[in-house]
Amino acid sequence: MTNVSPEHLEYLKKRRRRAWMVKAGQWLILFVFFGIWELAAAAQLIDPFIFSQPSRMWKAMIAMAMDGSLFTHISVTLGEAILGFVLSAILGTLAAVLLWWNPFLRKTLNPYLVVLNSLPKTALAPIIIVWIGNNVRAVIVTAILTSIVVTILTALTGFIEVSEDKIKLVETFGGSKRQVLTKVVLPASAPALVNAMEINIGLSFVGVIVGELLTAKAGLGYLIVYGSQIFKMDWVMLSVILLSLLAALLYQVIVALEKRWIQK
Amino acid sequence: MESILRLYAISKNFHEETSETQAIADINFIVRDGELLSIVGPSGCGKSTLLSIISGLIPPSSGEVRLLKQPVTMGYMLQRDHLFPWRTILQNACLGLEIQKKRTPANLRYVETLLSQYGLGEFKNHYPSQLSGGMRQRAALIRTLAVKPDILLLDEPFSALDYQTRLQVADEIASIIRREQKTAVFVTHDISEAVAISDRVVVLSKRPSRVAAIHNIQLPAGVKPREAPEFRNYFNLIWKELDIHD
Repeated sequence: MTNVSPEHLEYLKKRRRRAWMVKAGQWLILFVFFGIWELAAAAQLIDPFIFSQPSRMWKAMIAMAMDGSLFTHISVTLGEAILGFVLSAILGTLAAVLLWWNPFLRKTLNPYLVVLNSLPKTALAPIIIVWIGNNVRAVIVTAILTSIVVTILTALTGFIEVSEDKIKLVETFGGSKRQVLTKVVLPASAPALVNAMEINIGLSFVGVIVGELLTAKAGLGYLIVYGSQIFKMDWVMLSVILLSLLAALLYQVIVALEKRWIQK
Repeated sequence: MESILRLYAISKNFHEETSETQAIADINFIVRDGELLSIVGPSGCGKSTLLSIISGLIPPSSGEVRLLKQPVTMGYMLQRDHLFPWRTILQNACLGLEIQKKRTPANLRYVETLLSQYGLGEFKNHYPSQLSGGMRQRAALIRTLAVKPDILLLDEPFSALDYQTRLQVADEIASIIRREQKTAVFVTHDISEAVAISDRVVVLSKRPSRVAAIHNIQLPAGVKPREAPEFRNYFNLIWKELDIHD
């Protein structure tokens, strides 16, 4: 890096400039969106009672933070989503391992998995509530149901795509099927598993919110449905924004894990 | 030289829904202790299948592979190096030891010795993607040697390399095998490679394959194998026997 030509400096400058422009554009959209919303509501172009308003949402958030209810709702939703995600990741991976291990089972169950995959799992939520009851467990089961089938299929596809020759290599050393699994199939499928987790976290949130809309007594989904019933649109809009922040945050955590795990 | 392995009337059929293919008709030959034996044949004649049968990975349809010394252990080397990208070179080289639960300090030292002896010592903590094709192939050979096999089975181990690298790596691998005094059975479709590095060459016919000829390769010492006048004679002889041009 001692002798950098002016041309290269120019190139680096251009590159930095372009990256900066993209960042600026991204923030600009956010400010313009909330700015127009705020002003339109202040000028009575839209009815803030129905559409809410950023400043009113802010006030609502401060009020709820003061009485602590904000953190209750966030932690309930976050806890349910993480629990649903973790359980569905573990159970889904185990199921995928089982299906990889036993091709007969895999072929037999294949049509059922395909149907389950295309079924909108949220349609099952009311049934779950009837069976399990009006409680947090029903929400978590809904979250698991929503995300587990995709987890199984994504992981299984990863397992099956591991090259035959890599498996043969382990077999030439006299490796057992268990060793094929632990030495090759699982490590080689790490990218597929992370990919499954990325899909899984979003779907777990879908499951949690649907569950909360139907049954909960706390959580952001509950706040949305309760707020809309009593026309506290500030709560509803605030909850939606908090939800998108939470989902983005968890997604970033997975991406960070992916970098640490697969970077080699 | 003593014999270490004998193939008796090996045949192999492959079954599909609509057809049955006879890949190997009737193959007999012996492998001698300490020799480097090549098997050449036209593509599709079941050379690789034969190697899998010798190793016991797949059973023959009929016939028998008889081991004439006990116990005989085998090491397999595949067409591509298949080093695992998530393991370092040292960890890759220890794969067989791990699988056979023989990763003792003594064996680990042996692997480290092999690595440094064959120019990979300073790369043992690198990942495969950081190595050249030839180095990766050497690492793959060390992975096979690590479990101290009596017989090495090599299935076209250079076919994934480009021509320049290939010539060099083939000679390198052959000299490592000789220095470690291993018996090796080496499958290839490259006649010049077979003649250049082997003690004997088994020529297989087209599918369903039989042994068409067996040649003792004797090239003058002190000359590069590929430059000896006899090299061309062997090459032409085997090329005619392969009979792939009709």
